[in-house]
Amino acid sequence: MKDLHAFLSPPAETARRHGPNDSIVMSSRVRLARNLKDAAFPGWAKKPERVKILETIRPAVESLAEMKDSFSEAMDNLGTLDKQVLVERHLISREHAAKSAGSGLVLNREETFSVMINEEDHLRMQALRPGLQLKQAWAAIDALDSALEKKLDFAFDGDLGYLTACPTNLGTGIRGSAMLHLPGLVLHEQINPIIQSVNRLGLAVRGLYGEGTEALGNVFQVSNQMTLGENEPMIVERLEKVLMQIIEHEENSRQVLLEKKSKTVYNHIGRAYGILANAHSISSKEAMNLLSLLRLGLDLELFPAVDRALVEELFLTTQPAHLQKQYSDKLTAEERDLIRADMVRERLKNVNRPIVKPPPSAAN
Amino acid sequence: MCSICKEKPATIFLSNISSENKKVDVDLCDACAKAKGIDDPSALLVASADLMMGLGASQEIDQSASGMELKCPRCGFTQADFKKSGRLGCPDCYKTFSEGLAGLLKTMHKGTRHVGKAPEALKATRDNADKLKSLQKKLMRAIESENFEEAAQLRDEIKQIGERIPAPKNLTR
Repeated sequence: MKDLHAFLSPPAETARRHGPNDSIVMSSRVRLARNLKDAAFPGWAKKPERVKILETIRPAVESLAEMKDSFSEAMDNLGTLDKQVLVERHLISREHAAKSAGSGLVLNREETFSVMINEEDHLRMQALRPGLQLKQAWAAIDALDSALEKKLDFAFDGDLGYLTACPTNLGTGIRGSAMLHLPGLVLHEQINPIIQSVNRLGLAVRGLYGEGTEALGNVFQVSNQMTLGENEPMIVERLEKVLMQIIEHEENSRQVLLEKKSKTVYNHIGRAYGILANAHSISSKEAMNLLSLLRLGLDLELFPAVDRALVEELFLTTQPAHLQKQYSDKLTAEERDLIRADMVRERLKNVNRPIVKPPPSAAN
Repeated sequence: MCSICKEKPATIFLSNISSENKKVDVDLCDACAKAKGIDDPSALLVASADLMMGLGASQEIDQSASGMELKCPRCGFTQADFKKSGRLGCPDCYKTFSEGLAGLLKTMHKGTRHVGKAPEALKATRDNADKLKSLQKKLMRAIESENFEEAAQLRDEIKQIGERIPAPKNLTR
């Protein structure tokens, strides 16, 4: 059994993954849902049947060229903490983290393909890319699927397409999504109308770890909902078009904020820096929200000479499981808050406080 | 007030725009939200759509069954199970519950017919089936208009395709 911790790239490395538009689009993914022809869906199959399905699918996935040297494990062999680390890295779903016997995961060396076995469907395979790269992610997962269909018999109907446990995924079984960092739209109070109009286009918007619509760390996930009656390239294209518009709105909001409410923006960013650099106890939720503002400050060039990767790394290492993973003793939430604050203070030790740019109108 | 148990005060308020552009609201108390599996806030927005579709789904299936309990002959899944989970039991359930699902799929998706990727092995037979259908239509028209020369040509073409590719065996319907 491979050690997950040794397998995964260190956060300092993942923080340096770059892609187009990555100041706003943190990552893109496309997942496909597939099921075997002659078996009950995971939610209805009894445990022995699920184990059999896993034993059929897992070697087939492992044998793909793309999955060479992969991390492959049955979910019951992974500890709660390891599962949570995978969730925090967005490599598996929360639902999959709750699975045990009869479910599995195959993750490739580069962490660009993650194949969940017996999640809601027999197969949930996703291609992951940094920045806005939906088309590339689709091409990658399309190829993986084509290679896999030579080894497995998928449930497919001439009229309904790929058959899935939930009718919402029927047809293409495709879900494209992007993680967006939208602090400008949130501060400018434009996020709700944007979410509503995006919903009206048949796309879903959800917070990353957020409650309701106010997403933690101002991170939102946008994805397609309809999977039947339209082909994959069209679905991906439509989603990408909407994403381009959201990016434009975010950029506009930042511009307007700087022109009309620069004090508010500087105040938020300055306070975020102040707390992060000086706190002695901080929850993961507060850390995420403040790091988001720090990230915005970097985008607005208020922290010259600071490497963006520092913030990206803290986004990950301040999360509960990643923090706990560094310590052998089980920490309480309070202890974690202390250690988190120590870590953030230490990392921001050499970061100077944000500069203040002269307002554009002040120049004469 | 919770729209499911109608007892406890609601703490979660979901709204969604249906495909007909109608606003659908569902209010839930903590307990019912948990029972529906949407106590996880990060999944809330996605779940809201699923939940509304699920609620609609159980109605549709109730109506189509008119009292008779439908049961999938292959996996034993019933409409009551669908009502509980919003998920189906096995690929064959799509045939078993096709009547109830038809309306549901219409509200959920852009269309009711798959137009995307198909497994390579089936694609040839699928393309072929489409081609055969259109040739047969042409043949009928040719015969009707007594264009026998064209009809003979079409007949040969149809025969050729029929020989080249074996009958679809993998299609579930």
